[in-house]
Amino acid sequence: MLLFRFPQGNFEPGNIPPAEFQALAKKWQDWAGGIAAQGRLASNGNRLALEGKVLKPGGVITDGPFVEIREMLGSFIIVKADSLEEATTLAHGCPALDTNGSVEIRPVMK
Amino acid sequence: MEKEKESLKRLFQQEFSKMVAVISSLFGLEHIEIAEDVVSEVFLQAAETWGDKGMPPNPTAWLYAVAKQKTLYYFRRNKILEKKVIPELASRQEKSQEIAEPNFSQQNIRDSQLQMLFAVCNPAIASEAQIGLALRILCGFGIDEIAEAFLSNKETINKRLFRAKEKLRTENIKMELPPENEIAGRLDNVLHIIYLLCSEGYYSKTQNQILRKDLGIEALRLGLMLTEYERTRLPKTNALIALMCFHASRFDARETGGEGFILYEQQDEALWNQELIAQGKHFLYLSAEGDEISSYHLEARIAYWHCIKEDTREKWENILSLYNQLLMVNYSPSVALNRTFALYKANGRQEALVEAEKLKLENNHFYYLLLGELYKGFDNEKAALHFQKAYALAKTQTERSGIQEKIDSLR
Repeated sequence: MLLFRFPQGNFEPGNIPPAEFQALAKKWQDWAGGIAAQGRLASNGNRLALEGKVLKPGGVITDGPFVEIREMLGSFIIVKADSLEEATTLAHGCPALDTNGSVEIRPVMK
Repeated sequence: MEKEKESLKRLFQQEFSKMVAVISSLFGLEHIEIAEDVVSEVFLQAAETWGDKGMPPNPTAWLYAVAKQKTLYYFRRNKILEKKVIPELASRQEKSQEIAEPNFSQQNIRDSQLQMLFAVCNPAIASEAQIGLALRILCGFGIDEIAEAFLSNKETINKRLFRAKEKLRTENIKMELPPENEIAGRLDNVLHIIYLLCSEGYYSKTQNQILRKDLGIEALRLGLMLTEYERTRLPKTNALIALMCFHASRFDARETGGEGFILYEQQDEALWNQELIAQGKHFLYLSAEGDEISSYHLEARIAYWHCIKEDTREKWENILSLYNQLLMVNYSPSVALNRTFALYKANGRQEALVEAEKLKLENNHFYYLLLGELYKGFDNEKAALHFQKAYALAKTQTERSGIQEKIDSLR
């Protein structure tokens, strides 16, 4: 599983002009399309919305879950690879890296 | 004379499926072979009589009348009618004498053909056999034509059809529309078979152009049949029809060989059929209802963009995006190759080369053709190397001579 994390605020509405957002969306689609073209995309995952809640011990609920974390989880996909190394190779070129984000690569337990 | 023979053949082809459907709907699918025999006899008699006396003023009415006689005669003579069919019909309806006669009204022909379409495209039958059966029973193709389309021989096709018909019996498949709650799922299978028929016409390995065109037209006709009923007239049906219209619009412009994306650039757009393109756009518009985006929607939109000859960035970006989406729902090597070609057109050679090298479809000659095209004019030595690999893997002489031309043009 490839987990994409972004610095907070990167994708807040209004932070990015629409044209640029469109270009970024195209980049993402082309990148994922490249993985699919190799027959390696197992699941296109879901994009996570920007808002959310966090439940903490003692029943404390906060808005905007991410105050204490530098990066927030943006989305994920599942790829088919024989090893962690191979999956890491697939992750190269991910557009998250161009926007100071990161890709976390984790095997899915069977 | 030749022309007359051609029109007779077309008439037989059209009427064959209608009459077989009507007779089978009356006596049940277990007697489908009798229905085929009866209809073949009708055509034999037509050929003889019309050869002597000329074609009657209303040939179809003549065919239906003779088919009625022969059907009744056949079932009476073989006592099947009295022993099996009549009791069965009587249990369904009281007035057995009145209904034991095929009804060739337009409405009943349409209904019977639609029921037959669902019966043939039953998942209980292997999909290859479904296509064969569809070609025979629904499109009226001869066994030799089916064999040619599959690059197979008559014997194999006969066996395949025989097994498929046996399945109709053993699985007790009925000529009826599936119940309301199953129709959507069953429709998917019907659409898939029609899609395969259409691709068989578009990508078939046979060099027989007329046969390929016939396949495409028949697939389109079956698709249109589904639009006559509300329950089967869904957005995905319309999307598939749009796709088939766009494909069919380019039949006359395509040359021999199946080189997909490369051939496309050499097409003469004056030969594109504008009427079919307009039809395609109409059905594409209808397909946009609802939220479902099937792979037919994506493919129809790709085919739509291909009907615009002018090369613009917008066009190729759209095609690329559609291929990206298509790959996510439906991976296949040819889609991956086409996607990489679109990537080249939209994002440039460098990016496409990097992606192409990753595909590693090393048994596929189209892969090396694509690599050759990408290297051409940039690194001709590498281009030649790839074309040579494609040459070694190519399956037909036509393909090989096409590739040889490419190698020669590099020098």
